[in-house]
Amino acid sequence: MTDERIVAVTMPKWGLSMRLGKITGWVVAEGDEVNVGDDLADIETDKITGTLEAADAGTVRRIVARVGEDVPVSGTIALIAPAGVSDADLDAAALEARAVIDAGVPEEAGGPVVQAVDVRGRRVSFAGAGADGDVVLLIHGFGGDRNSWLFLQEPLAARHRVYALDLPGHGTSGKNLETGSGSGAGDAAGAGDPAGLLADAVVGVLDAIPASRAHLVGHSMGGAVALAVAARDPRRIASLTLIAPSGFGRQINAGYLRGFAGAQTRRELKPLVGQLFSDDKLVTRQVVDDLLAYKRLDGVEAALHALLATLVGGDEQRGDSAALLAAIGDATPVTVVWGRQDQIIPAEQAQAVAGAVRYVIEGAGHMPHMERPVEVQTAIEDTIARAG
Amino acid sequence: MARNITYREAINEALAQEMERDETVIVMGEDNAGGAGAPGEDDAWGGVLGVTKGLYHKFPGRVLDTPISESAFIGAAVGAATAGLRPVAELMFVDFMGVCFDQIYNQAAKFRYMFGGKAVTPVVIRTMYGAGLRAAAQHSQCLYPLFTHIPGLKVVLPATPYDAKGLLTQAIRDNDPVIFFEHKALYDLSGPVPEESYALPFGEANVVRDGEDVTIVTLGRMVHTSLLAAAELAVDGLECEVIDLRTTSPLDEDTVLESVEATGRLVVVDEAHPRCSIATDISALVAQKAFGALQAPIEMVTAPHTPVPFSTALEDIFIPDAQRIANAVKTVTGWTR
Repeated sequence: MTDERIVAVTMPKWGLSMRLGKITGWVVAEGDEVNVGDDLADIETDKITGTLEAADAGTVRRIVARVGEDVPVSGTIALIAPAGVSDADLDAAALEARAVIDAGVPEEAGGPVVQAVDVRGRRVSFAGAGADGDVVLLIHGFGGDRNSWLFLQEPLAARHRVYALDLPGHGTSGKNLETGSGSGAGDAAGAGDPAGLLADAVVGVLDAIPASRAHLVGHSMGGAVALAVAARDPRRIASLTLIAPSGFGRQINAGYLRGFAGAQTRRELKPLVGQLFSDDKLVTRQVVDDLLAYKRLDGVEAALHALLATLVGGDEQRGDSAALLAAIGDATPVTVVWGRQDQIIPAEQAQAVAGAVRYVIEGAGHMPHMERPVEVQTAIEDTIARAG
Repeated sequence: MARNITYREAINEALAQEMERDETVIVMGEDNAGGAGAPGEDDAWGGVLGVTKGLYHKFPGRVLDTPISESAFIGAAVGAATAGLRPVAELMFVDFMGVCFDQIYNQAAKFRYMFGGKAVTPVVIRTMYGAGLRAAAQHSQCLYPLFTHIPGLKVVLPATPYDAKGLLTQAIRDNDPVIFFEHKALYDLSGPVPEESYALPFGEANVVRDGEDVTIVTLGRMVHTSLLAAAELAVDGLECEVIDLRTTSPLDEDTVLESVEATGRLVVVDEAHPRCSIATDISALVAQKAFGALQAPIEMVTAPHTPVPFSTALEDIFIPDAQRIANAVKTVTGWTR
């Protein structure tokens, strides 16, 4: 860029496998003023459709990428600059950006490495990104996997070493959650304790990284798992960011949880998955097909039902996350993030997270890290900064 | 973890994992090991195109070479299924099914019904179909319409390695007789397949491409030819929704009807002959249940009503190609009253 005041809006990397994105529509036009967090464009990848939010404020001076064309990850799609920047400078920068898009996907050097560790006889897989900084471990929720962090892992990796795991019963990790028999034989102490197994998996990944100290980010059930890990060894956990965590109130959409665990077909699953988001057009056919492919793996249905029994009794939540939080003590910075339109666990439960910094995000449902990633990233960065 | 393996390897993996999981699963057929007696014990063949290779030594006594007598070994497989085993019989080419039809449509397909639900027949008959291998009229037919016609049989036609593994796993676990069609030209097709076991339910079509202008309903090898046509048409701004039926019995009517209700236009692509076929079946379904949505007459792209020619030039014309599919799409989109 010829003028340092020109800020490039680039094609984001949503997920470790993303190499190209297609702009399906521009929300802004040239000349529009934007603030941080404003929607800029709708972007489609082979996995997901999402909305790119502004990371910088200013005037949109040039739109470089056309609707419908494939743009390599990190390619410049628009230019933001103040009024003082000349048109000639902007045209030169746009021309340069255009050449990158036309050149197609560059060869990447050294992608993220997927690793696995054995935890009580099960494979637990995790993937890391980022070379320097504190360790941040992302813990997904019920029925999710490490790809649910696709909008956050790479952006956070600019300043931290960011890992995301697949909890047992999920993603590419072992599906058997029976702790009293089977492949996990010899650990009768944990019999019938699938939630304990999930915490063991997180500790196992921290040991494998290896990380003597880490920031945990947990979503929903993963929030309760993060709390359980921190309660076991509070000094190992530098900070906690809990996104719509389970266990801070009785109310929950038990119908969603039971429906998700039991759904057998695309027709049953699609409307359920829509309840996760404030905007259900995020639920593309690919999202539903990927979830179905996961649910159809042998052992997944049993795993989900075993976890379901730990999460709800009747139509109410069973866990007591407040007690875990109390056991951790005041030394650990805690942040809670909730989507205002959460249809799974009501956002009011954020009030029950004692001593936490609270973010309630408009325009997000149960998956704020997918619907409003920039705001969630800010919350996580602030929490890490508070840990000092 | 998903990794890329071929359609052939996906079928082999489903067989191996189900044999591992359930000791009542057995594999039988001509040259499944490589000729009973001396050389067979070396697992020389693994079936005529090598699909079952490696199973013979992994599962001693459970991979059976049979004589070249389809009527005998298909009958034996059906009988073994009623007696508690889960046989997977390989009937080399579907073209040979004629000599054992009574065992299939009068016996296997009828037991559950005629014994009032007291008998089940969990047999899978794997068989190869389709043209393109220069194998002439008696080794190239599609014939799945014949089996789809018969109540009591389930008819499955995977198009991808992922579907091949999941549908075969379901076929083996299913308590009804399943005819499992493998297209010879797909065996070397590679695609992502999870290492773990999974079963895909029957009667759920797969929407393999989204589109708003025309619905293409297809199956088996023609899924790929249709996708090729759809990609070419997209350059001209025509967006086709491509539906892979995956199973013709049971049939996922809802996915077909919902798509046609959205697009108003239907092209059915089927490698089989045009009469009394899946193409006519889907056309009749849509004409009957989504007539009001149709904005143009239905187009069928099929092979002609002739035997599969041995002449290479004629065989190439016989098999529907992407150009014919694209032409049919343009016919339904360009149609005016």
